[in-house]
Amino acid sequence: MDKFLRWLSANRRPSASAQDVANTAPLSEQQIQAIVNNQNPHFDLQQLISASGQSVGKQRELNEDSLLAITMTAAGNSGNLPFGLYIVADGMGGHQFGEVASSAAIRTVAGYVMRKFHPYLFHIKPETIDESFQEIMQNAVNEAQRAIQREAPGSGTTLTAALVIGQQITFAHVGDSRAYFIYPDGRTEPITRDHSLVKRLEELGHITADEAVNYPHKNVLYRALGQGEVLEPDIFTVGFPQPGYLMICSDGLWGVLTEQDLVRSINESSSLQRACQNLVNAANAAGGPDNISVILAQLIG
Amino acid sequence: MGSVYRARDMHFPNVTKLVAVKEMINTAPDPLVRETIVQNFEREANLLATLHHPAIPRIYDYFTMESRSYLVLEFILGKDIEAVVTETSSFLPESQVLNWAIELCDVLDYLHKHKPDPIIFRDMKPSNVMINHNGDVILVDFGIAKTFQTGIKGTMIGTEGYSPPEQYRGEATPSADIYALGATLHHVLTRRDPRLEPPFSFLERPIRRINPEVSSEMEEVVNRALEYNPEDRFPTASDMKQALTQVARKTGAPIAARPTTGPVNTGGIKPLWSFKCEDEIRGAPAIFQGVLYVGSYDNNLYALNAADGKFQWKYPTDGGVVTRPVVFDGNVFFGSQDKRLHVVSARTGKVVWTYYTDGPIHSSPRIAEGHVFFGSDDNYLHAVNLNSGRMAWRFETADAVHSTPFVIRDLVYVGCESGDYYAVDFRGDLKWRFHAKRAITASTVGTEQALYFSSLDSTLYALDPRNGWVLWRFRLGKPSISTPCLVEELVFVGASDGIIYAVESRTSKEAWRFKTDHQVNGSPVVFKDSLYCGSVDGNLYCLEYRTGRLRWKFNTGGAITGTPLVHDDIVYVGSTDHQIYALLA
Repeated sequence: MDKFLRWLSANRRPSASAQDVANTAPLSEQQIQAIVNNQNPHFDLQQLISASGQSVGKQRELNEDSLLAITMTAAGNSGNLPFGLYIVADGMGGHQFGEVASSAAIRTVAGYVMRKFHPYLFHIKPETIDESFQEIMQNAVNEAQRAIQREAPGSGTTLTAALVIGQQITFAHVGDSRAYFIYPDGRTEPITRDHSLVKRLEELGHITADEAVNYPHKNVLYRALGQGEVLEPDIFTVGFPQPGYLMICSDGLWGVLTEQDLVRSINESSSLQRACQNLVNAANAAGGPDNISVILAQLIG
Repeated sequence: MGSVYRARDMHFPNVTKLVAVKEMINTAPDPLVRETIVQNFEREANLLATLHHPAIPRIYDYFTMESRSYLVLEFILGKDIEAVVTETSSFLPESQVLNWAIELCDVLDYLHKHKPDPIIFRDMKPSNVMINHNGDVILVDFGIAKTFQTGIKGTMIGTEGYSPPEQYRGEATPSADIYALGATLHHVLTRRDPRLEPPFSFLERPIRRINPEVSSEMEEVVNRALEYNPEDRFPTASDMKQALTQVARKTGAPIAARPTTGPVNTGGIKPLWSFKCEDEIRGAPAIFQGVLYVGSYDNNLYALNAADGKFQWKYPTDGGVVTRPVVFDGNVFFGSQDKRLHVVSARTGKVVWTYYTDGPIHSSPRIAEGHVFFGSDDNYLHAVNLNSGRMAWRFETADAVHSTPFVIRDLVYVGCESGDYYAVDFRGDLKWRFHAKRAITASTVGTEQALYFSSLDSTLYALDPRNGWVLWRFRLGKPSISTPCLVEELVFVGASDGIIYAVESRTSKEAWRFKTDHQVNGSPVVFKDSLYCGSVDGNLYCLEYRTGRLRWKFNTGGAITGTPLVHDDIVYVGSTDHQIYALLA
């Protein structure tokens, strides 16, 4: 084939007439890269893949974001069963020990969920699960709420957790970290709703979306893990985007990048890991005012 | 984080002097966090010590021992308002709430006029207001941080749901306490907990729409306290107190009885026509080319002119017909308690073929992929070839199948009386199964994302169609045999507690509920923006499907257990009074 191509070009180049009729130009390096990127890996069995990235940012000294990504695919009698647990928690800096809160949140939620689905990992005798996905996530969040109030009273954290089982994602969400679905055609769909004052004011029509961008109290949350006696997390189940990506990130990412930036960073990358790196770099290039955390997951095959 | 003990003050050994000892356990592993907690605690103690008001508990002492700090306070015999609200099942009388409100304004006024600096309570909410044995209010828990920390990422101090918009921005003013008092009164008057609602949404839940017993004057005062902009609220607590006193004067006389519901049409609905069979109609009808088909316990399947109810023909079986007929390719398919699936010509009512099972049939047929699927009391799910009328396969179930099979993509889903639920492929092979605690009599509705069905175990389930995992469960008040109805993002289902529930399909949160006077065993249906559902109380209800508001109801002479059918702006519903009714939708 190679030989044939060389033969073809060798024969054609000198021919002026051929150049006159052919209205083509060689592909740029970027275009070739784009084509390569679009050739997604394909396996005969459906599986879940994921990658993540983190940075302390350019203006903070401490990282208070915690992140967890667990990905597995188990064979089952109704086909391959992808399992994934993805969590981003952004501890609150104005409070004492946001990092204690965010790591307690991640550890507790993941511990609860993994014990339910993978008891063998903990040397626990497996039992039939008689809770629904939404109940498991709710209970995990409740346990995390208690853990934070015990370990770091007064502190708080956001929590955006996605439990992927099969082709369903069950989310538990508190605060202003976000989950997005990003489609190959460039559409982005925010999946979570920020529990922030500024978002609520926008919803109520007291400020416009433009005003929201520059609102002085952008970081004030009205719901956070570890805060308040009655915690009402948003818990819901949606289908995994196919084709498409699940992205979970802290406000250190979405706060500085536009949705077009997100799409571009992902589409220009050859792998999920590269995409995460590009996203973190882009957020840092935009000033990196806060800690940055991002997780990308994709169902392939 | 803390407990409160009832204790006896042993400084006075000859009398029983009860005190409350508030304990705070410092569990924080980090020394800096621990120190802050102790400081907060001591600040509360010092603040309380300077205050003298009948609605503020007196402080006797405070001390810290190792990781525990204690505050010794006046013991209050009573309950907090949140407990009072939860423990009563109906609305509290307005006059009682009004008295509390006036006393609360009084103590807020005292705090706000404190010298040298006004004290902002910042945490007004039902659980922080005690009602003592005399019925007077006492403000408790001054323990929250008194300065809002405007950190890099702040969170609210104060209680979410009760706090005003500006408090989240870090501004604490007397006006914030007035808002929170308004929020507290709103909660008490409506019994709707604002912590479970989006912030600042009180005005979206008008008090008198939820509790029509409240006077409009009272509602006006609460609404003013809840104004979004601080300058629109009462300027001071004493102004609010004055307004409340005015309300007390106006409503002091017995409040005139007012209608509790809006204009609801209950009597004016007349059926377009009705048709009487010889026995109960418990199933649902079907319509095809202007003809209505319905089965009856009198063993017949009836064909009626849908426009005027005129009798066309009837087809006798040897058992009651409770299944919903299905019209396909010019033929009507339906099962009968005579153990047979009957296939008759839709036009003439002449038999085309019949198919025998070994038990009565209560499961309605489902037609897909050249086959008719249905269950029988013989503990099988049957798949019968449409052309030949012969069995393609049958799938053994653990008990009788009363539910209607549901087909999506390439699987057939069916529940049975043992509580087992099966996903079977088109070859009759089991793909997965699920087990509910009790019978699954209701049929399934669903999408490629989720299957919805209810069970006699009082649960509405959402299952993943691919593998049978439970996505969510919604608790119903009582067992249900009502097949859900799915419209946009709402799942509607009835239960034997007489309630029609609307549940959000993504979040499994209740959107609304509507109470009928008896069991709801039939399935709701939605047409345009109305939901239609029958009840054993004999009524067909028409509700606004997004809100559950009653539009009208129509009383039949007997229980309605079947599902209505809406076609071309006409609702058809059968009743156990032996009649089928046609009503304008």
